[in-house]
Amino acid sequence: MMNLLNFSKKSLALDAQAETQRIIESLRETVNQRLHRQGAVIGISGGIDSSVVLALAARAFGPERVVGLLLPEKESSPESAELALELAAAFGVEPVTENITATLEGAGCYQRRDEAIQRVFPQYQPGWKAKIVLPGDLLDQGTLNIFHLVVTGPDGVEMRQRLPLREYYQIVASSNFKQRTRTNMEYYHAELRNYAVIGTPNKNEHDLGFFVKGGDGLYDIAPIRHLFKTQVYQLAEHLGVPASICSRPPTTDTYPGGGTQEEFFYRIPYDLLDTIWLGFEQGLVAAEIAAALDLTAEQVARVEQDIVRKQKTTAYLRSAPLGVE
Amino acid sequence: MDPVEEKISRYIADNILFSKHGYPHPLDASFLENGIIDSMNVLELVMFVEENYGFKVADEDIVPDNFDSVTLLAQFIRRKQALKV
Repeated sequence: MMNLLNFSKKSLALDAQAETQRIIESLRETVNQRLHRQGAVIGISGGIDSSVVLALAARAFGPERVVGLLLPEKESSPESAELALELAAAFGVEPVTENITATLEGAGCYQRRDEAIQRVFPQYQPGWKAKIVLPGDLLDQGTLNIFHLVVTGPDGVEMRQRLPLREYYQIVASSNFKQRTRTNMEYYHAELRNYAVIGTPNKNEHDLGFFVKGGDGLYDIAPIRHLFKTQVYQLAEHLGVPASICSRPPTTDTYPGGGTQEEFFYRIPYDLLDTIWLGFEQGLVAAEIAAALDLTAEQVARVEQDIVRKQKTTAYLRSAPLGVE
Repeated sequence: MDPVEEKISRYIADNILFSKHGYPHPLDASFLENGIIDSMNVLELVMFVEENYGFKVADEDIVPDNFDSVTLLAQFIRRKQALKV
């Protein structure tokens, strides 16, 4: 049981040096000793998670045994590649760029997705901005996790509509080609060198199901899967990840309309989510957590319910392939 | 059982739970807390309501108070139908 008097956002503070050392030893032990691989491939997006994982891998294996793989496609933000290259240079890691646009076009990723968007908004044209969002402000609304499609035309006018099930499934299934194609390419580069693929999910993404099965959910080891997002930022600072990456708002960079991870999935800022979650895991009641964060017990309870629902409803994503029992 | 509760529970049993023995939970059991349905199934239930009861479900009505058990959903449908008369 946590000491209630001391519970606050600071309760998420890590001993960054000790945690870094623990992860590095685990990476070496798993990749070299257990998997018998001689280095690491990491898909780098310019985001905080892949940046921290690359920095950890560079320390574990030496930068010469790490490949930082940039996997842009025609809808990626150019900023992602710029930051990823800056990261690779900062840690002396070889950057390799593989543009996956042609593969995605071959698979019909864009065409299948746009077909579904046009069924919702017939005026939508390829090149418009489009994104999927959840209702905002989880603290103040008890709404369920129903996705909305938001499109923005060239005139800047934004249109928003609840996604029917069939169109939701088609947009997600099509967009998931992106993550799965990236994973294919990561394994190509890993097998080419007898390296392991290092995954980049944090605890929020893994436990709440914010990943693609067979896409960014597939890897040989995930060294920051046990860390809350706010703790990943603490490691980033300790490891010397460039400030330009640390200050960038987390993005999905999956949809042509951009969109932050908060509006796509989490519905509240990370520092609040992580603190409430930690208190919940430590057995504090909602009123105790609320007092530490200047929230109401009802607001904290809504967030806790959302955590439990997401954990339950995404169990399928974390399930290993099954056989007949 | 009221026909609205009957129709909802049969739909969930047949299409979401694939139950061979009807709806296996109390009618007031929370869908989400008991893992009976997930958020995609909520969307499916919204479509079920719209297709079967002839009204459009507003975004602000998609809340646990209306969609978190057979009983709550049936009450919501009856309230909306009463407004139409």
